[in-house]
Amino acid sequence: MRAPYRSAGTVVLGNLAMLAWTIYISFLGVTGLMLLPKDSVRTARILALLTTVAGFVVTLVGFAHQRSGELVTVTRLHWVPSLGIEFHLAADGISLTLLLLTGIVAITGILFSWNIEHRTKEFFAFYLALIGGVYGVFLSFDLLLLFFFYEIAIIPKYFLIAIWGSTRREYAAMKLALYSFVGSAMVLIGLIAAYVVAGAKTMDLVQLAQFPFPIHFQMWAFPLVFLGFGILAGLWPFHTWAPTGHVAAPTAASMLLAGVVMKLGAYGCLRVAMTLFPRGLDAWGFQMLGFGSWRDVFALLALIGIVYGAMVSLVQKDFKFVIGYSSVSHMGFVLLGLMTLQQIGLDGAVLQMFSHGIIAGLLFAVVGRMVYDRTHTRDLSQLETMHLNKTIPFAATTFVLAGMASIGMPGFSGFVAELQILIGAWRAFPLFAIFAGGGIVIGIAYTWRAMQKAFFGLSDQTTLTTPPALPAISIPERIGTIILVATSITIGLYPQLLLRIIVPALHSPLFDGLRKGSGQ
Amino acid sequence: MITPFSYLGLLRLVLPQAIVVIAALCALSVDLMFLRMSETRLRCSVGAIISLAGCAAAIVWIFHAPQSANVLDGMLVLNHLAQRIQIALLVLTMLTILIFIGSTFTQHVSEYLALILLATVSMMFLVSTQNLLLIFLSLELLSLSLYILTAFNKRSIQSVESALKYFLFGGISAAFLLFGFSILYGWSNSTNIVSIANSIHGPSLDPLLIVAIVMTVIGLGFKVAAVPFHFWAPDVYQGAPAPSAAFIASGSKLAGFFIFYQVMVIGLAGAEGSSSWHAYASGWVPVIAIVAALSMVLGNLVAILQTSVRRLLAYSAIAHSGYMLLGILSHTNQSLHALLYYAITYALTVSGAFAVVALVEEETGGDTLSHFAGLSRRAPVPSFCMLIFLLSLAGIPPLAGFFGKFYLFSSVLTSAEGTLSLLWLVVLALAMSAVSLYYYLKVLKFIYVTDPPTEIAPMRISALRQVVLCLIALSVVLLGCAPDLLLHWL
Repeated sequence: MRAPYRSAGTVVLGNLAMLAWTIYISFLGVTGLMLLPKDSVRTARILALLTTVAGFVVTLVGFAHQRSGELVTVTRLHWVPSLGIEFHLAADGISLTLLLLTGIVAITGILFSWNIEHRTKEFFAFYLALIGGVYGVFLSFDLLLLFFFYEIAIIPKYFLIAIWGSTRREYAAMKLALYSFVGSAMVLIGLIAAYVVAGAKTMDLVQLAQFPFPIHFQMWAFPLVFLGFGILAGLWPFHTWAPTGHVAAPTAASMLLAGVVMKLGAYGCLRVAMTLFPRGLDAWGFQMLGFGSWRDVFALLALIGIVYGAMVSLVQKDFKFVIGYSSVSHMGFVLLGLMTLQQIGLDGAVLQMFSHGIIAGLLFAVVGRMVYDRTHTRDLSQLETMHLNKTIPFAATTFVLAGMASIGMPGFSGFVAELQILIGAWRAFPLFAIFAGGGIVIGIAYTWRAMQKAFFGLSDQTTLTTPPALPAISIPERIGTIILVATSITIGLYPQLLLRIIVPALHSPLFDGLRKGSGQ
Repeated sequence: MITPFSYLGLLRLVLPQAIVVIAALCALSVDLMFLRMSETRLRCSVGAIISLAGCAAAIVWIFHAPQSANVLDGMLVLNHLAQRIQIALLVLTMLTILIFIGSTFTQHVSEYLALILLATVSMMFLVSTQNLLLIFLSLELLSLSLYILTAFNKRSIQSVESALKYFLFGGISAAFLLFGFSILYGWSNSTNIVSIANSIHGPSLDPLLIVAIVMTVIGLGFKVAAVPFHFWAPDVYQGAPAPSAAFIASGSKLAGFFIFYQVMVIGLAGAEGSSSWHAYASGWVPVIAIVAALSMVLGNLVAILQTSVRRLLAYSAIAHSGYMLLGILSHTNQSLHALLYYAITYALTVSGAFAVVALVEEETGGDTLSHFAGLSRRAPVPSFCMLIFLLSLAGIPPLAGFFGKFYLFSSVLTSAEGTLSLLWLVVLALAMSAVSLYYYLKVLKFIYVTDPPTEIAPMRISALRQVVLCLIALSVVLLGCAPDLLLHWL
């Protein structure tokens, strides 16, 4: 069963075998940090930065050598032979896109947490453990291995928020951990059931994707696994961990949460749920409450997420909650894109994962690091009086740029991605596309409102006092900002850079089942 | 029926047990004869070294001379698996002794060590017999040793109280077990579990057999602390001296589960019944399914409320018994392996956790959550080990607990031949393990997040304890990353 696909697309290349090192480097970094003496703050930062840069460089090399449409086996070893489980790392265009995202967000996250003084060493150790887990998920092509890394990522998140967080940190951290764990329990049920039903003693994604699971099985396994991953992707109504988690987390952790961890969920939806159980998206054959299939149900939930997230962030008083809910809204686009089952919608969904990762990272950097760490408030009505556009103009400019990217201004990555999703949605569910478009309009409104209140506050007649002096924007922050803005603009102007590898990956035999189902 | 055999041959078969008994007697006599006047630390070290040497010698002997025998109509059954479990039990005993070294709760160190070794002997007999009589005798010897080990801290009223509870519950459950066994004997005219199975015919069960099944499940369910026979566990885990609690939670649990499996799967073959969704049939499987489901739900939910870490570990032990019972009720060869992998890694993990609890108690004088506050800054190495143990119990990869759960649950589903009819139990188990993360994280929150109440003074922890903890933690990680090491070995 394996042979045709391997001969068609799988090539082992020396340069790509390096990709496995993204994972190893991160965990080596964790070990290195733990071995450091207690108060070596500076060394810890530099070590962490070097680790993430090394991971990114490895990814870049892989990216440069990727020939479109290939699924490249990175490493394939027997791991638990008695159960047919393999240590199987591989990469296709989708994985590489997300690896690249992880690399960029990881580096900038460290740059934006350069000011962490409290238990620095442990902070970066947990941070790198999370990054290592994320790299692992994006590279795993053995389902158990994927799940393995997926769960590894839960624990560092908890500690990052609970130790270094702010508002209601312990509550938010526990909520996030439990939501993730419940989601992963659902996924595990689906995976074990698939393993047993296939009965082939393999957890290999490619082989299982070719196994014709009975339709009635797919009909319950698909929603179970999709929902399990969807929880982490911020699927409404299971999104509530996201705003509280993002708000409570320290800046770097919110950047990772919104930028990368939510993508783990969306990636799992596409890579596992939709690849293994494509028939689960078929029509039920009857209508219930107007729904004819799981596809309708999840598309509606995604749409509600888009509109609801946007409307809720319109009325937030806390600056960070605005961004937190906007993440829910933007992730709704990803899930809607997946549910369109149109080629263009899927392309857009993957591109949106990348784009939102960059933009959300930037927004959280502005709110958490540049504004909150300086003013010690995130209350929009207080920020209104501070004239931040005068005191920290760099932050204001960054937020304007990030805001424009976020609302889908042409020239930024968000535009290309959301446009594709909307086109896909228009073909699949025209009515939904209209509402999703409405979500974008609300997006403009809340971004505008937040921008105005936070940076361009009350006019000078009411408060004549000179604004309090704030610490200047540091060099690491500037570098981080430039990296993120440049990435978003590059992809916005030349989306082909990523689409070149995303589109063929979605055309690969792995998604045959999905295409047959959608009748394309 | 008397078969000719040589006593010397018999001695060879039980030589590991004999070595352990001799070690126990040596530890006692050396202490009583030569070290009566010495200080406790020295006596403790000497006794421990003798006991460890005895266990090690027994392990070496089992490795050196693998035996396969079935003597006296199943009185002594030695095979590859039984011997491997004996080795695992000896290793767990050695860990218990290592945790014990340096404890200050008693002056009677050699008696304590001798009792641990006697309990080990009884467990070794327990896993190498297929005869109801010997099963009962070994269980009684084990239980009696454990009652005393629980009561060993004579200065603590809790210790004595919990031992009395343990004894009373244990006595009643032994009566149930004996009643069940006697019915089985009367019904089948044999005490060998293989011949008992041979006399079970057909899907419809004799009412007498049903009574015997329920009685046996009660007796053995008590041993493994399954709901509703669990009432002793929280008190004993809380009151007993830490090494005793570790021993009860690790070695005795492994042996208990193995014999539970033997009695049910071999002894009651043919009376399984079924607990598949929509297809229940009476037999021992549905009984265990109910007990397992109750244990998972009650153990996990009640653990949430605990403020004492020992009680929390006790309720989590009840929950884990629930998971492990799934391995019994799916009764395939694969599920036996999964069960043993789970039980061995669980035993390792939980003895490590109790070692950390013991450290904290000695240093701070209590085991409530607040005593753990800020531990990571006072004792980073034990804290990190505790992180590994608790996350392994919660089933987070790359630790052994995760793979144990995966293997166990997938073997449960496989047992029903692709029909997924036991899915309801697996769903329940996974849902409950999601609950369990909450209380494990709560402990870790106190260790890593909460600030220590007073001035931070680093704990002074002996190098030996740190090494033991690191070794256990390392093996938990290693068995999680490379589960085949253990799976192949079994």
